[in-house]
Amino acid sequence: MRIALTLNGRSREADVEPSLLLVDFLRERLNLTGTHVGCDTSQCGACVVMVDGTSVKSCTMLAVSVDGSIVTTIEGVAPNGAAGVLHPMQEAFHQHHGLQCGFCTPGMIMSAIDFANTHDDPTESDVRHWLEGNICRCTGYQNIVAAVLAGTAAMRQATKGAA
Amino acid sequence: MGNIVGIGAAPLRKEDRRFVTGRGNYVADIKRPDMTAGVFVRSPHAHAILAGIDKAPALTVPGVVAVFTGEDMKADGVNGLPCGWGITGTDGVPMKEPPYPVMAVGKVRHVGDIVAFVIAETPEAASAGATALAIDYTPLPAVVGVVDALKPGAPKVYDELDDNLCCDWSLGDKAATDAAFQNAAHVAKLSLVNNRLVGNPMEPRAAIGEFNDATGEYTLWSTSQFPHVVRLLMGVFVLNIPQHKLRVVAPDVGGGFGVKQFHYGEEAAVTWAAAKVNRPVKWVADRSEGFTSDRHGRDHVTEAELALDETGKFLGLRVYTLANMGGYLSTFGPNIPTNLYAPLLSGVYTTPAIHCQVKVVFTNTVPVDAYRGAGRPEATFVVERLVDVAAAEMGMDRVAIRRRNMITSDAYPYQTPVLVEYDSGDPAGCLDRSLAAADYEGFPARKAESARNGKLRGIGISTYIEACGLAPSRFAGRLGARGGLYESATLRVHPSGHVTVLIGTHNHGQGHETTFAQIVSDKLGIPFENIDIVFGDTDKVQFGMGTYGSRSLVVGGSALAKASDKIIAKGKKIAAHLLEAAEADIEFVRGDYAVAGTDKKLRFEEIALAAYVPHNYPLEVLEPGLEEQSYYDPVNFTYPGGAHIAEVEIDPETGVVTILNYTAVDDVGTVINPMIVEGQLHGGIVQGIGQAMFENCVYDDTSGQLLSGSFMDYAMPRADRLPPMQVITHSTTCTHTPLGVKGCGEMGTIGSPATIINAVVDALAHLGVTHLDMPASPNRVWRIIQNAALPRAAE
Repeated sequence: MRIALTLNGRSREADVEPSLLLVDFLRERLNLTGTHVGCDTSQCGACVVMVDGTSVKSCTMLAVSVDGSIVTTIEGVAPNGAAGVLHPMQEAFHQHHGLQCGFCTPGMIMSAIDFANTHDDPTESDVRHWLEGNICRCTGYQNIVAAVLAGTAAMRQATKGAA
Repeated sequence: MGNIVGIGAAPLRKEDRRFVTGRGNYVADIKRPDMTAGVFVRSPHAHAILAGIDKAPALTVPGVVAVFTGEDMKADGVNGLPCGWGITGTDGVPMKEPPYPVMAVGKVRHVGDIVAFVIAETPEAASAGATALAIDYTPLPAVVGVVDALKPGAPKVYDELDDNLCCDWSLGDKAATDAAFQNAAHVAKLSLVNNRLVGNPMEPRAAIGEFNDATGEYTLWSTSQFPHVVRLLMGVFVLNIPQHKLRVVAPDVGGGFGVKQFHYGEEAAVTWAAAKVNRPVKWVADRSEGFTSDRHGRDHVTEAELALDETGKFLGLRVYTLANMGGYLSTFGPNIPTNLYAPLLSGVYTTPAIHCQVKVVFTNTVPVDAYRGAGRPEATFVVERLVDVAAAEMGMDRVAIRRRNMITSDAYPYQTPVLVEYDSGDPAGCLDRSLAAADYEGFPARKAESARNGKLRGIGISTYIEACGLAPSRFAGRLGARGGLYESATLRVHPSGHVTVLIGTHNHGQGHETTFAQIVSDKLGIPFENIDIVFGDTDKVQFGMGTYGSRSLVVGGSALAKASDKIIAKGKKIAAHLLEAAEADIEFVRGDYAVAGTDKKLRFEEIALAAYVPHNYPLEVLEPGLEEQSYYDPVNFTYPGGAHIAEVEIDPETGVVTILNYTAVDDVGTVINPMIVEGQLHGGIVQGIGQAMFENCVYDDTSGQLLSGSFMDYAMPRADRLPPMQVITHSTTCTHTPLGVKGCGEMGTIGSPATIINAVVDALAHLGVTHLDMPASPNRVWRIIQNAALPRAAE
């Protein structure tokens, strides 16, 4: 099937088999290997990407279903793709030591951006419940929670600044 | 010019940027020209005769390139996977060591045992080929538990052995321990199970093999914690590939925790098969495959007794443990429940007599090996649970009984009755600080508040000590290690004064690229950003034993410190020549080589340039260039330790345990980067909480099927069930490592299971509960509460 989508700000078209998972389309066909696969039961969240502004597990979605959609992966979240500039949530994970091995990190960041977009004045408990679908084996989550709160505040600040 | 960022500073991590932008380079991300995909066909039976495999149906599947079996490898002269430790039983008899073929030959011994390898143009075609393969199994009765496996008439995992006993091992003075029990005023007894765990690093294992038939060179990319050891074990023992023709690359690796520190059959299979099909072969495990093939951890059944005098002083400890090895001996398997377990049974206490017997047992389960902590969490759990039981039975305060028996800070070095000599520590200081930080005094009021809300509140304390920084080679050799345990570092100074470090440890989350750069920045007085750390490639790095056992900073960092000292020393010779001074008069301070008592000095970068452009240089007595290497073999283990406290609240209606807070006070020795140390503690504590609260690897007793084979069935710790943690370092300096460091990778996992269970038992103490096995799941806790509420027959 022929699909057309906006991927990380650029228009793309591709021929895909109807059975192709979105995560395999990204990783195997387009070499966007920042999106990871950590399980086979939609539990771990390493594969989270944004589809039309909402975080989704790309292991649980077919490539054909993003036809006409706007898809953003970890490779495309930094503003304008400029070298050296990080998205506020990426920067927050760095600042708060919110990652160790880095494998769950792209999914965590994508999920966290959706959290920030949908929560006005979040508490630590809000973050912990939101991240229930993203498993990290390294950090014990404490610094991830701190990073998400800080990243959320920074995104809010950036929005205010732009307004 | 940038800044010196030295020891004790907390710079943000150098490695972060590639990970937060999705540019990490994990094995699954790598593609090679003309690459094929491999799928392993695994046994669905726990125990069966492998009567025959018909490849023909698989070979007709479109896209299938080749199918290989254990018989093919055997016919090609491939050997089995070697065990890296050979332990010896109490009777002087070496452990039983049956062969561990890369793929099963004649018999399968656990669900997930490899029976064939299907290679195809795509993963989908390989899977289709695997499904088409006709395999003739004759199922046999299986045995999964250690108690069952030792019963007369139990199914035998190895027909050629008399029974399922791999080794009957012991440590300690039995006669002295028996005598201590004779004189005891009280004996506390405890039966416990240390539950089987699956390590589950978030990145599943993967491997790519490639063969260059023009040069005879093999390359293996693998999710390994120790690429040089894989090269050694696989090249020399399994595939007979000369070391100089075999390159092993472990690029970014998504967590290890021990699971990736073994030489796995899949690594040998992809490497061997790549030459057979003369194309690269890539295999990536899915999570279900990981559950049935990653080495598991723990799985002990233990009886323990503590002898005390009437004042609560420990007189003797007697421990009897059955340890599950699974169906085969993994790389370090037999070492974990013996040498990494029994020597820690002294804990932080002065127990004068200890005897530990361990029966190491084969079963029809996945092989068991090291998992974060590896033997030491099991030892800590025995000691610290038993201390609480003794205190309860004798009506003593849990803190007082610990204080009464602690090694005092002036008693170091302290020789325990179980092999090891602790070099330094302050257990009482750690305990005092943890009690203050956790507001232990205020607990009764908080408990009363919980009670008003219908909740049961408990507080748990555990001290712990571990032996890490693996390991002094000579000592380990006496215990059965078949390899060295040193580490190496090369420090390559470029003509510009920038530095590349080549080190044999492997960074898979521990922050080595940052911590090691801090050591060099501190030592050489050069900017932090001028230093890069290279690891994980046997073609780049000279040699190394990898990362496990909290050894990277302790052993690798020591090698790096010594290599730095060699660089400084050579630089002094060059500086003396250039500054026309005696070498003895050259002082090196923060990157400046100065003539003592003068203002004559040269920067480190100027010395580096002179070493590579040796026009004005003492060539008659000194080689040009500035690169030094050190191999460091530690003189002792290091002994990090500490005291942890947790508070839990139980809802008696549901049995749900909520951890309210967690306080850790830890002695890690010198802290290089406090941010990274704290992160290691957080992660380690939560892995121990995982064992205590959620995780449980369960096999069906009769079929040997793995019941907890996915994240749907195996409860991983998640953000919403975890407490805020307070981590405090209370360090004493290690007396024998050049930097005074002790290591911190495993300590959280070692201290936390006993802490949590002690808290849960405390919350249930009024019901007469003295112990419960892990995990403290709602089901288990609810049943305990319900059973306690039932009217007793005698009442």
